Amino acid sequence: MNLYQLKIHEAHELIRDRKVSSEELLLSVLARVEDVEGIVQGFVTVTGDYALKKARETDQKIDRGQKVGPLTGIPFALKDNMCSKDILTTCSSKILKNFVPPYNAEVFDRLEEQGAVLVGKTNMDEFAMGSSTENSGYFSTRNPWDPARVPGGSSGGSAAVVAADEVPFALGSDTGGSIRQPASYCGVVGMKPTYGRVSRYGLIAFASSLDQIGPLTRDVRDCALVMNAICGQDPKDSTSAPVEVPDYSSFIGKPVKGIRMGIAEEYFSLGINDEVRKIVEKAIARLDSLGMGKVELSLPHTSYALPAYYLVSPAEASSNLARYDGIRYGFRYEDSESLLETYKKTRSVGFGTEVKRRIMLGTYALSSGYYDAYYLKAQKVRTLIKSDFDQAFEKCDVIVTPTAPTVSFRTGEKVRDPLQMYLNDVFTIPVSMSGLPAISIPCGFIKGLPVGLQIIGKPFDEGTILQVAAAFEESMPFEDMKPGFGSYAKGGA
Amino acid sequence: MDKYEVVIGLEVHLELRTETKIFCPCPTTFGDEPNTHVCPVCLGLPGVLPVLNKRALEFAVLTGLALNCDINSYSKFDRKNYFYPDLPKAYQISQYDFPVAKQGHLSMQTNGETRVIGINRVHLEEDAGKLIHSEDGLYSLVDYNRTGVPLVEIVSEPDIRSAEEARVFLEALKRILLYTRVSDCKMEEGSLRCDANISIRLKGETELGTKTELKNMNSFKAVQKGLEFEVERQIERLERGERIIQETLRWDEGSAETISMRSKEEAHDYRYFPEPDLVPMEIGTQIVEEVKKRLPELPQEKKERFVIQYGLPEYDAEVLTSTREMADFFEDCVKGFPEPKIVSNWVMGEMSRHMNAAGLDFCNNKVLPEHLVEMLEMLQQGRISGKMAKDIFAEMFSSGKKAEQVVAEKGLEQISDQGVLEGIVEEVIKNNPGPVADYRAKKKKALGYLVGQAMKATRGSANPQMVNAILRDKLK
Repeated sequence: MNLYQLKIHEAHELIRDRKVSSEELLLSVLARVEDVEGIVQGFVTVTGDYALKKARETDQKIDRGQKVGPLTGIPFALKDNMCSKDILTTCSSKILKNFVPPYNAEVFDRLEEQGAVLVGKTNMDEFAMGSSTENSGYFSTRNPWDPARVPGGSSGGSAAVVAADEVPFALGSDTGGSIRQPASYCGVVGMKPTYGRVSRYGLIAFASSLDQIGPLTRDVRDCALVMNAICGQDPKDSTSAPVEVPDYSSFIGKPVKGIRMGIAEEYFSLGINDEVRKIVEKAIARLDSLGMGKVELSLPHTSYALPAYYLVSPAEASSNLARYDGIRYGFRYEDSESLLETYKKTRSVGFGTEVKRRIMLGTYALSSGYYDAYYLKAQKVRTLIKSDFDQAFEKCDVIVTPTAPTVSFRTGEKVRDPLQMYLNDVFTIPVSMSGLPAISIPCGFIKGLPVGLQIIGKPFDEGTILQVAAAFEESMPFEDMKPGFGSYAKGGA
Repeated sequence: MDKYEVVIGLEVHLELRTETKIFCPCPTTFGDEPNTHVCPVCLGLPGVLPVLNKRALEFAVLTGLALNCDINSYSKFDRKNYFYPDLPKAYQISQYDFPVAKQGHLSMQTNGETRVIGINRVHLEEDAGKLIHSEDGLYSLVDYNRTGVPLVEIVSEPDIRSAEEARVFLEALKRILLYTRVSDCKMEEGSLRCDANISIRLKGETELGTKTELKNMNSFKAVQKGLEFEVERQIERLERGERIIQETLRWDEGSAETISMRSKEEAHDYRYFPEPDLVPMEIGTQIVEEVKKRLPELPQEKKERFVIQYGLPEYDAEVLTSTREMADFFEDCVKGFPEPKIVSNWVMGEMSRHMNAAGLDFCNNKVLPEHLVEMLEMLQQGRISGKMAKDIFAEMFSSGKKAEQVVAEKGLEQISDQGVLEGIVEEVIKNNPGPVADYRAKKKKALGYLVGQAMKATRGSANPQMVNAILRDKLK
């Protein structure tokens, strides 16, 4: 086995026992990146020199007897919407093509404190708006299981590089499904924590009331390790919650007997692919066989979540993205006669189509005379969706659903039809609108393409989600399933 | 024009005197090198988040209490969206529907009459940066030092009925705000700014007329002048049978006229919505009670108390309470020298005269209350004369020395010792036989000359009343 294929907990043991150095692990990872990145195209920036420096520092610290934590010396990637001091941070947007932040996102600081080693910044849908990573201002990322297909999005780069064994883990951000859906399409584990669980400081905002950072990993145990490192209140983020963080690793391997599993009928209609439904039903049967009780329930406002989301999130985005005006940083359209023209041309040229579409949607929804009918109404719908979940969680401990209605689709298939694209997130958006935690784990394959199972939990109850996810993973491992890069595979056609 | 009624409402922006900005730890100091008090948060860099400065909230609550407002137990921030280079996030964090304080009032005296002006709301927001335009107009620079300095916006009800009343309102407001010490209220430094809404209607009419908004008035006088101009302009239009156009106007100090900036159609749609990066504030009774303890006695109450407690004339009480510092100085003096009227005369007279001339105030001048008390005691004991006191005070004021020291250094102490003075008088009588003879010949004027000789002999330090009495006695 190659070092780059190791999961976090496996690599940790080797580093802890001084069998492998952080530098050796990194070199293996960098070689792997070199090897497959031409196919995957998951990185916007690879920080090889920076990583080497950090890995050597880490090794020196270990030599001096510093304690080896679970992430010490472990390479990782950050989605390119998390600020990294002195390292390009573009949000995959042309408007930030030259933006080098003078400060670090809180999550990056926390990971570096643990001794984790940044390998690069991953590609994404521009400003996290999209479900395929095709909206990147630079290039599309390919799905390692079939490079003719999309990795999902918006954290498609993060999901793809983890799936392709380019890094043991990556951070993504999830606003309406942007961690879970690409995790599902790429066959990795992706968790969106409860809103407020992880500091958003340094996460370039898309929709502030929904954005949340979370890990993408190769198994559930690794997910728990990364969660341990990034969760917890941050005084720099007023919306981060003062809720104690348990040791998530302690939930791994615990029996799930007696944990009540809610099954909501709405998640098995709404345009779901038949084969996906069958695989998810099989997964539910497997969980049932582990002793989890099954509770049939209804989340009646589910179908309103998507339209409400497409009012709330663009509204916030229209305001969050207003600062990109070409005056202080980022791209500026130089050939303008006036201030207004500078604004207009900078933004017209600098932003991609989807971003502009959402800015216009959001601006409209907030406009005088329309606010009550759109933004305010959407917020009320949001309350109803949340109360659906509140009531459901009186009867169950987790809710199990498919992550997405289909498997990964072909690149270019949906770019002309934004509404079709939006429907990818129909099962993840209600969870985001309610601020709840959820995970996506692989639960089967359709013609070599992974299917994701979504496990939704009560607020701040990520522990139970991880417990159920780990139990499922143990009972139905896909260890031998590895992405084959389709026709791009070495020696392939 | 007697048939018209003027309706004015004011919006006052006040920079709060917190040490740090409202949402980041940068200092709020005024007048430093451009862009030296900035950080990723106040520069609105991608990914940053605001964290509320609790002190700013307390100051806003204090402002609300000083203006007799109700404090909202639930208050939240909203985003006010517009593009301008001085606004780095392209939205201002402000408050829309749940301001910190609402429904208050301010009482003021105008033309011997008490007027109560309603306060609609007091809300908290962040200041913008400052544009510096090049002289050739080819470029503009931005200074973000001011970005994120906490502001309160105080909105009056449209209860003001004349341009003069607007000025009086501002003066009364400033006086109160200075008492609370939430702001230094310096219009010239921009820490107090005022916009006005103005409309005209026929007397007896209850509906409001079409209003214009007046901006860019850089002093209280300019507010009055700008509004006077606008009142006249609007009335003229109405008289000509024209309608008032709802627009935003700029007061141009140079040409002394109002100039249109933008019409209602061009007005911004600010697209307010709740600020998702900040959690709503619960301003509980505990916080309000805490802040209430810091609410000082305000000018009106203090003035009334001065009249009753110290038996001062209304006028003295009004002047002495014009600032909290002056009132405190007065009261500190009276504690040591319990003759309120004498203290009042000195504080309002010599003290103020010297401070005005030197451009100083009660915070930074060198005379402390105990210094004045000491001098007044010497005066009362007759150790110095009234005239000497003025000279001594001048020296105390300029050097910061105490009265005793000035007197000692200059040999200024008044000679009031009977024996010493008798010796001096005898000497004078001996040396001036002519005037002595004149006095004895009933030429009364000669006495003045002899007193003068005694004063001259003591370089002015003899107690003149005593010299006078001794002379009369000896020349009987």
